[in-house]
Amino acid sequence: MLEVAGLCAGYGHVRVLEDVSLSVGEGECVTVIGANGSGKSTLLKTLGGLLRPSAGRVALEGADVTGTPAEKLVRRGVALVPEGRRLFGPMSVAENLALGAYSRGKASTAEDLERVHTLFPVLAERASQPAATLSGGEQQMLAIGRALMSRPRLLLLDEPSLGLAPKVIASIFAVLEELRAAGLTILLVEQDARLALRHADRGYVMRTGRVVLSGRAAELAANDDVRLIYLGGGYGRDTAG
Amino acid sequence: MGSREVSWELLQFGVAGLKNGAIYALVALGFTIVYASTNVINFAQGEFYMLGGMFATFVFAHLGLPLGLAAVAAVVATAATAVVFELLAVRPRVGGDPMTIIIVTVGGSVLLRSLARHAFGSDELALPAFSQGGSIMVGGAAIDRQTLWVWGIAALAVAALWVLYTRTRLGRAMRATAVDGEAARLVGIDTRLLVTVSFGLAAVLGAVAGLVVTPLTQTAYDVGAAIGLKGFAAAILGGLGNPVAAVVGGIVLGLLESLSVAFISSTYKDAIALAVLLLVLFLRPSGLLGRTRREKV
Repeated sequence: MLEVAGLCAGYGHVRVLEDVSLSVGEGECVTVIGANGSGKSTLLKTLGGLLRPSAGRVALEGADVTGTPAEKLVRRGVALVPEGRRLFGPMSVAENLALGAYSRGKASTAEDLERVHTLFPVLAERASQPAATLSGGEQQMLAIGRALMSRPRLLLLDEPSLGLAPKVIASIFAVLEELRAAGLTILLVEQDARLALRHADRGYVMRTGRVVLSGRAAELAANDDVRLIYLGGGYGRDTAG
Repeated sequence: MGSREVSWELLQFGVAGLKNGAIYALVALGFTIVYASTNVINFAQGEFYMLGGMFATFVFAHLGLPLGLAAVAAVVATAATAVVFELLAVRPRVGGDPMTIIIVTVGGSVLLRSLARHAFGSDELALPAFSQGGSIMVGGAAIDRQTLWVWGIAALAVAALWVLYTRTRLGRAMRATAVDGEAARLVGIDTRLLVTVSFGLAAVLGAVAGLVVTPLTQTAYDVGAAIGLKGFAAAILGGLGNPVAAVVGGIVLGLLESLSVAFISSTYKDAIALAVLLLVLFLRPSGLLGRTRREKV
């Protein structure tokens, strides 16, 4: 589905990503974990087409999409749920969802809207409310719902658990499991490594812009270094990044 | 002087204020539309107003088209000029330092002014009034027929813009881009194209204002700078980036100017816009209707 090789990217002259390579198979859920500032979000922004890589190659379903801007990538089936949700705050929930389907032109979206409403019933209840007035969890649901409206085949998720209560996180991850069961490919960036490894098939560990470790989620969760540094193994957590 | 006469006189000033206010509102809308898509002040906005009047007088006087057609041709020509300017000068810099784009628009305004001088000369040019007949009396106040045209056309332009913003896919995309350009790109909106569209739209509003007011004030190649300042002040007064605020800002500025003429002296009329601009920037940078915006990192 997604093949990334030797990716470098950054902001201005500051290089954040150094030679990152990873792959995501069709129908897989892959997670990228790492501490704050390890380059996870930059990686996802680059894969989502918001940042142009300075080197490396990105292939989507075998086709080279390196440097393809976000507005075109979404038409090729890649949707990014950005860090901080980035909703259109003053606009209503319904309008946010309608905008999610913008890339599909005038095609009918009734079916997709129904699907999103089934996954997140609260979005139907709040349809006419401005997005900015939703609770944090509801906003995250809307951000995911908006991304789903474009009918993605690859969903890029940046820190969906950030700032949310455990109960809300559980319900959001239950929906992600449902989406995965329906065949959606997911690349998940998370700071909460324990949570991410519980839901993913495979994982990559990033540190200062590089991939330092990769493997099956269960193996990573059992790895001593990962346990110590990223799974809350005491002091190590603070010095990780 | 009886109190009734005083109140008629005030009404007369009010009419003048609302007439200028309507014009300022249209120019302020132009500023706001471009700002919403680029986060940049387009200092060439006043030149679109100038071009609207100049193209209209040229087409009417030299090509002999009827007034209505001349007006349409002038709006189209101004919009085309703005789109070409955006494609050639602004687009290559979109996404870079906003200051660079601001300088480009300042340069564009000087360029458009000189081109207009070469093409149309430096004389004042006029258009006939859109409809003939004397002023309409409302009690002791006289309302010029052309003032009614100014109000009518400004109201029509604002209504059309409102429909565009709230009822169309393009308008929804423009609003989304104004809220968050990156998020807009993520849902598939070509935000660069919207910059071009916003320059075209701003030019249409500027040109409409410039040509509908020409029968009252005449026009010349150098009228853009002054109206640009007033439209800018109106947009800031209301709160940049919000179309409703631009209209409110324009009308309030027009009325303030008129009141200053009524109660102080006409000498200071043109200083009002500057004073308003400075006061708002000092005291309430987000404008009358603006909310303080948190900067996103």
